[in-house]
Amino acid sequence: MADDSRPDPDALLRIAAQEGRGRLKVFLGAAPGVGKTWEMLSDGAERRKAGADVVVGVVETHGRAETEALTRGHEIIPRRSEAYQGRQLTEMDMDAILARRPGLVLVDELAHSNAPGSRHPKRYQDVEELLAAGIDVYSTINIQHIESLNDIVASFTHVRVRETVPDRILESAEIEVVDIPPDELIERLKQGKVYIPQEATRALNHFFSKSNLSALRELALRRAAQAVDSQMLEHVRQHALSGSWASGDRVVVAVSEAPDADRLIRAGKRMADALRASWTAVHVDTPRSRAFDEDDRKRLANALNLANQLGGTVVSVPAADVVEGLASYTREVRATQLILGHSAHAAWYAPWRRPVADQILQAGGDLAVHVLPTKAQSTRGRRLYLPSWRAGPTSAYGWTLLMVAAVTGSGLALFQVLDLANVGLLYLLPVMVASSLFGLRAGLFAGVASSLAYNFLFLPPTGSLTIANPENVVSIVVLLGVAFVTSQFSARIRDQAELAGSSARENAAQAGFLRQISATGNEEELLQTICGEIRRMFAVRTALLVAASGGPQLRAAVPPENRFDTIELAAAQWAMEKNQPAGLGSDTLTASDWLFYPLRAAGKVVAVIGLATEDGSQPIRSDDIPLLMSLLDQAALVLERMQLEDELRDIAQLKDRDRLRAALLSSVSHDLRTPLTAILGITQELRGAVQDDRLDMLESEAQRLNRFIANLLDMARVEAGVIRLKLEPVDLTDAIGSAVHDTRRALAGHDIELDVSPSLPLVMVDAQLFHHCLINLLDNAGRYADPGTPVRIAAERRPGALCLSILDQGPGIPAGREGEIFETFIRIEGSDRSKTGTGLGLAIVKAFAEAMGLTAEAANRDEPRGARFSLLFPDNRLVREPDQEQLL
Amino acid sequence: MTDIARVLIVDDEPHIRRLLRTTLERASYGVVEAENARAAMDRLTDASPDVVLLDLGLPDRDGLELIPLIRKQSTATLLVVSAREATDLKVAALDLGADDYVTKPFDSEELLARVRTALRHRIHQQGAQSSVVAGDVEIDLVNRRVLKGEVDVHLTPKEYGVVAELAKFPGRVITHQQLMSAVWPHDYERHIEYLRVVIRNIRQKIETDVSRPAILVNELGVGYRLLGGDPAG
Repeated sequence: MADDSRPDPDALLRIAAQEGRGRLKVFLGAAPGVGKTWEMLSDGAERRKAGADVVVGVVETHGRAETEALTRGHEIIPRRSEAYQGRQLTEMDMDAILARRPGLVLVDELAHSNAPGSRHPKRYQDVEELLAAGIDVYSTINIQHIESLNDIVASFTHVRVRETVPDRILESAEIEVVDIPPDELIERLKQGKVYIPQEATRALNHFFSKSNLSALRELALRRAAQAVDSQMLEHVRQHALSGSWASGDRVVVAVSEAPDADRLIRAGKRMADALRASWTAVHVDTPRSRAFDEDDRKRLANALNLANQLGGTVVSVPAADVVEGLASYTREVRATQLILGHSAHAAWYAPWRRPVADQILQAGGDLAVHVLPTKAQSTRGRRLYLPSWRAGPTSAYGWTLLMVAAVTGSGLALFQVLDLANVGLLYLLPVMVASSLFGLRAGLFAGVASSLAYNFLFLPPTGSLTIANPENVVSIVVLLGVAFVTSQFSARIRDQAELAGSSARENAAQAGFLRQISATGNEEELLQTICGEIRRMFAVRTALLVAASGGPQLRAAVPPENRFDTIELAAAQWAMEKNQPAGLGSDTLTASDWLFYPLRAAGKVVAVIGLATEDGSQPIRSDDIPLLMSLLDQAALVLERMQLEDELRDIAQLKDRDRLRAALLSSVSHDLRTPLTAILGITQELRGAVQDDRLDMLESEAQRLNRFIANLLDMARVEAGVIRLKLEPVDLTDAIGSAVHDTRRALAGHDIELDVSPSLPLVMVDAQLFHHCLINLLDNAGRYADPGTPVRIAAERRPGALCLSILDQGPGIPAGREGEIFETFIRIEGSDRSKTGTGLGLAIVKAFAEAMGLTAEAANRDEPRGARFSLLFPDNRLVREPDQEQLL
Repeated sequence: MTDIARVLIVDDEPHIRRLLRTTLERASYGVVEAENARAAMDRLTDASPDVVLLDLGLPDRDGLELIPLIRKQSTATLLVVSAREATDLKVAALDLGADDYVTKPFDSEELLARVRTALRHRIHQQGAQSSVVAGDVEIDLVNRRVLKGEVDVHLTPKEYGVVAELAKFPGRVITHQQLMSAVWPHDYERHIEYLRVVIRNIRQKIETDVSRPAILVNELGVGYRLLGGDPAG
């Protein structure tokens, strides 16, 4: 064998590449200018640092300095220049790249059309060729260039691009969305950082409107979601994108503090499952709910926890009243189904109010409202809502008295010109001012003080608190009434302002949190950041535990915490396993000083967070729970994404290793078989010229070696787990025919008896693996059967299976060893004839048979004595009779 | 001695080339050799061979890539001779335009038989034969009749379709895909079981021993060939 002509590592890698196509990764952006090229170059640089052979096929830097700087590190394949109608057009040099054979090539602008006369009219066709050659490709594309989205994009942007890429190209690609918020993009555009060809400027200015960019961005995210695997898809559907794109339906459950709120939540979950929709449990945070007592709060928290546990999103909507809150929320998320409870008792205390469902339906939209009867609202009946009965500062009463005194003073001064009733009107002033500024108590205080002063100083008989004229009673009642009503209204307004403020704060907190945790680079840093942020927002001690083989493992804590006691660990474990809060203030393991919440992503607990206070009090208030939940959801999502990325990297490495292994096997097979081919060929050649029985020996030994190599390679494939099944319907007659043909030498001297009815069903197997099974069984029979005896191949139907057997006449299998005969390197001895074999053959039969879902059996038989090896095909491996019409 | 045909051997192993050369010369073929893809393309132009025996594991280029190039340049019969035995590789080689595929280590006699078949097919390529004889079966492609012995065999249209497709290139392996698209052009899901059952039905009608088919022969995982097919007329 000529060693000089066999190229090594390179050839191996080339073969490795041929084993599979190259992989395509596409950087998808919503619009020009989001930074796809930059992202591609930096990813490429990372791959290069990791040792990959990366070259730049073509990159459009559009003169941007940062981008230019990034290309500098890469090897660049010079472009090919083409003269066309007097112009010089440059295109990617395919031949140079193919000759250079890099591991990864960066090709910008997948949708580009090549200059006339190029190898392919479109650049994506070039990319396909590169992939087919086993070269990985990174490329970039904007969403409007994807064929199936072209119309949609044109419909709202009024800009139609002509260069499109078929969707199938993206189907097998890994897609990374390069995403920046529309405002930032517009800013970049203004700063001239976005490249736009001169002639398209006007059209593109319209294109870059904020609404267009938002819509494009959503399209890009959706398209990316389509491409990722089902796990990620589920993920995105559950968390990342709101709106009803997943199935068109979105279920919202209105949750209150009522005792049976969990029924509503379960109903919502069932409906969402049935509709394959996402769902949300909403609590409308009204001024009334601020007045909840601890029991109410706990029930509400439990209900929201349950929703979270069942996979729903939990949201708290601040609003002045329930109807307004639900109506605006359902509109905002384009909900299609709303579930709410209705109490039969609700009507008695406020008969003038229309049911909530009616009011929401009135608000319009294509929302279906489902009303479920609820049991008694609350055991104690409902409390009438009173605006905050706050005491207000002591100074308020001083100011109030002062105002009353001032009015009294001016009343006395003006008493000469005004009549009694008008003086009474003057007292409205301090009452209104006090109640609107200082609240109900101060207002009533002003009312009482005013009436006393009015009564004592103005109403006859003056100087006493007696009221002679019943008319004047009215004045006092009016003063007090005004105090009450005014304080109500102004308190309401104040509460609403406070709610709005708190919801703005919550939103800001969430956005800030997401920004903080998304900016982290590794898992440790992420965990630490989550702890720090939660601590900052809720003023609690925090700790994060991540699932590990030995139970939850403490990975981060702020302030630092070294270890937990058994009870804390038990609570953390409970929270992780049961997907429920545990520890202080929950229903479980309340002796713990810490309260643990699970962090869930796609229904799976990825970590638990522990919360505690310095003084051992309740770490989280129930009205903070929705915010905490949503923060934890975000944290879980980011954490899971990070873990998934790690996993994917591992898988990629494994794949590389598999590829190399497959390449080695293929190379070994070539290197071993080639000399054998020469030996066998020359032996046959010599037979014509020389009469020598040593030639027979030479040939049979070479054949043996060949069989051995085949088995060794097969076994290596089994062990390496690189068997890829290609199941197809196979006719047993065909399979047996091929196997008998290929073992004709090993079976020389034995007749083959066939008992295989042509009316047996086809079997579902991998033709090649099945062939190797049969060859090994026949080979085995040829070796152990007594000379001159026939080998029988028989197939029969058994209940639930089809059985194919190979029966020989010979010593059979030593009693009691039928079970182990399929083990690797077992050879049955006990015969004086030298048995040639490696002991691999039957192990391969078993491994291949099991890989295809068949069972291998070995047994002895009497009459005539010998061994019987069988392959059992279960019913699901039998092919149903095809439709007769297709056969005529 | 005049050569009955000229064969180009493309293989980087000198021993294999020598072996093939002796085998072929013994059977009165003329032989040219090439040790890599570049030399193969040169010989193709300057020696214009009738048959090319192509190894897939060449040092300078993958043999699979070479198949379409050879096809473009020459009408030579192209046999792949390779140690790689993956069936999808065989199918790929045939789809790319190879006429047949022989696995190493090969049997010299079998190789010669394949070369003969392939050459015969090449000779008859231009004028499609009107009738083919395989064993005691005669396939009349003009009158769309199949005779076993002297007896008319009744075949359904699909059965005849398969037989006719195989008879167009007697002795040559026809891939499942080729047969499926010829006979079930609208079956986009590729129900190979249709083909398997139809082959089985044909065998019942024309084979002497149905469990040992001698006319419609299976090529493992690749397709079928009509064996012993001689063009008659």
